[in-house]
Amino acid sequence: MRADPAEYKLASPDNLQAVLSLLAGGPTQWLPIAGGTDVMVLYSAGKLANRNLINIWNIPELRQIGFFPDAIRIGAACTYTALRQHEIVSQEFPLLATAASWTGGIANQNRGTLGGNIANASPAADSLPALLVYDAELTLVSVRGERRVDYRSFHTGYKQTVLASDELIRDISLPRRFSGYISHARKVGARNAQAISKVCLAALGQIANGAIRDVRLAMGSVAPVPLRLNETERLLTGKRIEPALIEAARKIASMEIRPIDDIRSTARYRSIVAGNLVAEFLQKLAADGANA
Amino acid sequence: MNPPPEKTAKYEVSFTVNGEAKKVLAHPMERLLDVLRNDLGLTGTKEGCGEGECGSCCVLLDGMLVNSCLIPVAQANGVSVVTIEGMSAHNLMKPLQEAFLQCGGAQCGICTPGMILAAVHLLEKKPEPALADIQEGLAGNLCRCTGYMQIFEAIAHAARQRAAQ
Repeated sequence: MRADPAEYKLASPDNLQAVLSLLAGGPTQWLPIAGGTDVMVLYSAGKLANRNLINIWNIPELRQIGFFPDAIRIGAACTYTALRQHEIVSQEFPLLATAASWTGGIANQNRGTLGGNIANASPAADSLPALLVYDAELTLVSVRGERRVDYRSFHTGYKQTVLASDELIRDISLPRRFSGYISHARKVGARNAQAISKVCLAALGQIANGAIRDVRLAMGSVAPVPLRLNETERLLTGKRIEPALIEAARKIASMEIRPIDDIRSTARYRSIVAGNLVAEFLQKLAADGANA
Repeated sequence: MNPPPEKTAKYEVSFTVNGEAKKVLAHPMERLLDVLRNDLGLTGTKEGCGEGECGSCCVLLDGMLVNSCLIPVAQANGVSVVTIEGMSAHNLMKPLQEAFLQCGGAQCGICTPGMILAAVHLLEKKPEPALADIQEGLAGNLCRCTGYMQIFEAIAHAARQRAAQ
């Protein structure tokens, strides 16, 4: 049944401190809402349990992209459109810019935010594998202060995160040391826009002296959380890319993931496609790495 | 049994709609879509899916294409909203209307206001779009009648018409 708007509160504080004070204040649980592309869907369907919302769309600190010599810092309420249009993001973090272009259609990219994608914690989110391979670090803030969390340890289970109820994701920081890597982003879904992935891959690699110097692989929709493929990376590091290695990587990747059957796909399909995507990336890495 | 949820009061939202200053009394979580249609009588903005998938409810919010079903009206406070009704004076409107008519881009009409707004949003950024640009610009707008080709052709045609002027 459709929600009754009279039963919901929406506070619109004009600064971050006021947001944090509300989040910290007393027994009421407040839910932040930025662009609304997840929260409003639940709300309209009458499935939003939380009746107290805080509008964080217009908080200036959350909308900035700052760049420093060694890192860029993306405000949590930056939209996919802002990410796609940002020169440094598209030049140095193409996997993130590409994932932003896959997310929804233009209208949803104009509203959906990177912080919202992280907090919503869907294992199928397109932008999250990119954050894993780029070694993202999150700044979480509350009235108690701020802490920095390695993004790899943020998701603890299906839709579970380390974010405390009084905390807000303020920004996402990405180290600027991946521009020399060969990158590969691939989404397999019913269509690119407005369709959630069956499997998606974000991959980075570097070849030195004919062998893989460093490789980073992460996938969406193949486990309860966005997944870094640690075992596959370990197998590949230091090796020359040859057909036998590609086959071994395909096997390990298929075993390392934990896919399920759901409305979008099956575990069997996902497992085969995940292996294929790793193989496709390695072929590209071998070709581009030889030319580099 | 749980007590009934506490009701919130309506408050005054001020914004510009199609160039005119408007004030409405609304609950902050009311959808912009409902306020436009029910309070302001702007029924050119359609509801399709109500979950941001179909684009029928597209409007421009400070020039950005958005799905008005996903906007709590409190987030429209102080901003400029343009609906399909506000497009009549826009210089792209006449070429787009003619091209949609000529190419068969409009059939039942439910998706058309959103398609037109998405097309304007695209053509303002890319006056001479390639087919891939048109496909991407309209990827968030679903049509169950045309099969899309006529709509893509209409937008390409409107862009050519305008370039020729």
